[in-house]
Amino acid sequence: MTIKISAEKIREDFPILKRKINGKKLVYLDNAATSQKPKQVIGAIKYFYENHNANIHRGIHQLSEEATDAFEKAREKVAKFINAKPEQIIFTKNTTESINTVAYSYGLKIKSSDEILTTVMEHHSNFLPWQMVSQRTGAKLKIADIEDDGTLKIKEVESLSSKKTKLTAVTHVSNVLGTINPVKEIGKIAKENNSLFLVDGAQAAPHIPVDMKDIGCDFYAFSSHKMLGPTGVGVLYVKDPENLDPFLVGGGTIKEVFLDKEAVWQDPPWKFEGGTPDISGVIGFGATIDYLNKIGMENIRKHEETLTKYALEQLAKVKNISIYGPRNTKVKGGVIAFNIGQIHPHDVAAILDSEGIAVRPGHACCKPLMSRLDILAMCRASFYVYNTEEDVDALVSGLEKVNKVFKK
Amino acid sequence: MSLDMYAENIMDHFNSPRNKGEVKDPEIKHKEFNPFCGDQIEVTVKLKNKKEIVEIKFQGSGCSISQASASMLTELVKNKTTEEVKKLTKEDILDLLNIPIGPVRMKCALLALDTLQNGIKVYEKYGKHKEK
Repeated sequence: MTIKISAEKIREDFPILKRKINGKKLVYLDNAATSQKPKQVIGAIKYFYENHNANIHRGIHQLSEEATDAFEKAREKVAKFINAKPEQIIFTKNTTESINTVAYSYGLKIKSSDEILTTVMEHHSNFLPWQMVSQRTGAKLKIADIEDDGTLKIKEVESLSSKKTKLTAVTHVSNVLGTINPVKEIGKIAKENNSLFLVDGAQAAPHIPVDMKDIGCDFYAFSSHKMLGPTGVGVLYVKDPENLDPFLVGGGTIKEVFLDKEAVWQDPPWKFEGGTPDISGVIGFGATIDYLNKIGMENIRKHEETLTKYALEQLAKVKNISIYGPRNTKVKGGVIAFNIGQIHPHDVAAILDSEGIAVRPGHACCKPLMSRLDILAMCRASFYVYNTEEDVDALVSGLEKVNKVFKK
Repeated sequence: MSLDMYAENIMDHFNSPRNKGEVKDPEIKHKEFNPFCGDQIEVTVKLKNKKEIVEIKFQGSGCSISQASASMLTELVKNKTTEEVKKLTKEDILDLLNIPIGPVRMKCALLALDTLQNGIKVYEKYGKHKEK
């Protein structure tokens, strides 16, 4: 059911949004870097430490049982959230670690005659692991280009795919262009070629409904901290975890250990979670899922789509602005990358900061994409459920101030 | 961060940089990057008696702080010796800029000095710059 979100009411749950920055109301538009946390999530972490803190899967004592139970309940919530089974959910520390897990557990087994396919719009964390695999195994890394409007060249994904492709790694939503890639369609191309399919969902899972069965991917990676949850918790969904070898071995990953032969690994997902995980973080993430479900992912998407549309209209009025990425909000998440004439993004961001507005300047960990767009850097404004049209208006007047300061 | 950062002297050096360009037949030619914001600066230096800076120019691109500090630095070090330049510190640059610089922008502010000091080190180790 789609209802209109009251961002004003939602804002009341976020203590940090009451802060003043340089004497001005905080306008937080750096959500693609990390999101703010509602008091329900902060409270859940505090409650755990004050009432149930113990290591998990270890002790027999009451606290350990309570902690284990809360931890595994959070896993069930995450699984349900993306329409998966709990044993398919591996907790890592972030999206980067999730993708590296696949690179080390599966990628390094790829042969030198094989190929890996990715795109030019990837974040470094879905590019460098495959470059590393390619360098170590000799497998060829193929890179699909984008159209000038910032959408992916699907035809190129198709033509670069072959029976040699052993892994297709694509972002669901670009952290710069905001492009929502047709992952279902890409998954079909991968499947036709018998390639495994990995989706970087870091910018998607927080903002749009995601369904593992519908997408049909083999791996899906995302982070708690970009979706109102605590830092330190990432997720790797693995469709068939039984057949994947563990990457981080150690405490908690085994059934039996021998002096002279390979250990017998735990069942998934535990064989992948070596060492004590971020227990309070995972439990806080469970509370985050409850919070997101209460609002509804469809509603969040609708709110951001409306806001992005408004922002694109308003920003177009700013003098000397160049906006990168699709204009059609049907295929664009709440991410807008831009430059103001030749003014360096750091200067733009610094002047916006003096107005209490937080945006991200730089290459946003997308150097290949910066080269493709033929720019050194850009500014990025990214929205979430608590952002309002008022925030967009503040950004627009902040940018007018930038133009004023840099007027020669 | 306050708007003091965009003080008149900073914008003046940014909009009309001093000593911008390239010195011919330089003893020192050195380039450095600041990956965080993509600033880049290259200095070229003509030395007398292997130590006195008689001519210095810079070229590059980047934010106002990195480019203004490069422009100011070239004025400061003219006619100084390489030994004197090696002794320059972060505080000297901050005095020169005379605006509040937070930890994030410190790299931008110091890029020109780092480039020049590293260029001197390269010169002392390998001698006069040779075009490849």
